Amino acid sequence: MTRPKTSKTEAVILRQVPSGEADALLVLFTPERGKVRAMARGVRRPSSKLGGHLEPLDRATLLLAQGQNLDVVAQAHLLHSNLGLRGSLEALACGWYLADLVDAFTPDEAPNPALYDLLVEALGWLEESPQPALLLRWFELQLLGLTGYRPEVYHCVACRQPLASQDHAFSLPDGGVVCPGCRSGKEASAPLSLTALKVLRYLLDNAYPEARRLRWEAPLSQEVEGFLAQYIRYILEREVRSAAFLHRLDSWRRQGVAPATP
Amino acid sequence: MTFPSFFPGATPVVRLIEAFHRLPGIGPKTAQRLAYYLIRTSPEEARALAEAILAVKERIRFCSICQNMTEADPCALCSDASRDRSTLCVVEEPLDALALERTRYFRGLYHVLHGAISPLNNVGPEDLKVAELLERLRGGQVREVVLATNPNLEGEATAMYIHRLVAPLGVRVTRLARGLPTGGDLEYADEVTLTRALEGRQEMR
Repeated sequence: MTRPKTSKTEAVILRQVPSGEADALLVLFTPERGKVRAMARGVRRPSSKLGGHLEPLDRATLLLAQGQNLDVVAQAHLLHSNLGLRGSLEALACGWYLADLVDAFTPDEAPNPALYDLLVEALGWLEESPQPALLLRWFELQLLGLTGYRPEVYHCVACRQPLASQDHAFSLPDGGVVCPGCRSGKEASAPLSLTALKVLRYLLDNAYPEARRLRWEAPLSQEVEGFLAQYIRYILEREVRSAAFLHRLDSWRRQGVAPATP
Repeated sequence: MTFPSFFPGATPVVRLIEAFHRLPGIGPKTAQRLAYYLIRTSPEEARALAEAILAVKERIRFCSICQNMTEADPCALCSDASRDRSTLCVVEEPLDALALERTRYFRGLYHVLHGAISPLNNVGPEDLKVAELLERLRGGQVREVVLATNPNLEGEATAMYIHRLVAPLGVRVTRLARGLPTGGDLEYADEVTLTRALEGRQEMR
């Protein structure tokens, strides 16, 4: 019998799916291997030595043993806990959304170290962010860029000419803005105002410490949010599951009170 | 997964194996072992198992008050006059209520949510028995709600969510203490657990 191969890796836990008596299937995002699925045995027992180190949105160092089908978590040590997110339902919902996006946009075993750094950075900002909506938009755009879906916001995707200073439309299949001259005959395009276009450019081209300086009011933030949701839905061909929960909390916040119905 | 009929003319075996295989946590080999065990077992034992399965499906329903599994509606706990009706313990699953009941410490009533908020696994608040909980609280008898959801991320989110809905009703909301498990080893405890344990430290008595 050959000794099982083990590998040590850092990982953010994206998701935990209960399995069997007390096990859990973990969906991990690692810098070296990208998205990895691994089994954590007995992790749901209160006395489990792994338990508290493998919660979703935690960052941990893991020792993975190669199993027959799936890797098995042999050891785990917490590097950064989700404690900072646990205190607030909104922060938690946002964290879930970030993890959900990474999960949705990445195939298994495809390394994307830049995306890993982005996720870790964004989770860190989330703990202190006074503007989670802006952070989420910035993260969405950066993630699109790192997964090959960076929207073209400087040139028309049809005629390649620089875009003029006016309202435009965004072609979802072409992943970029089309100028008014090329728009006719383009299916599945979404309207995009000039200010929203400028916001997209600003969030795409700046690191978060700069990006967070943006001040925007509701109609504009809603336009950008709606546009990005539409583009992401178009790429994934489905809804992002955790977005619904986020929207529910958002509507509570807008109403200023928790409603009397769940 | 379909099993090849390695025994021509033994379709009931294949059917049984497939039925076992559909159960959670049972793989193909375990399914085969269970099936062969039943083939060798006495007819009485097999019949008892079959009847137990049928009885569960025919007689067990969910209590209209606490949503727990029960044979009679309302359930034995909800109709027990000696229970403290001013305290309500909110749990995720019926088995959690059973675990708390084993302590013999809690004398109040339960409310079973049948899950926890887990957007990544497609469970939203609308899939839980939260509306039923609020309905119960509007009765005005309950003075304290003990949130006993699991101490994991989903459980915490569920607790926070319910707290936000219940707080405006003027009911006291408490959460089970989180900290070190009995028989645990401090060196293996994670930071979150240790932080909670420190926060919840108590005077030695």
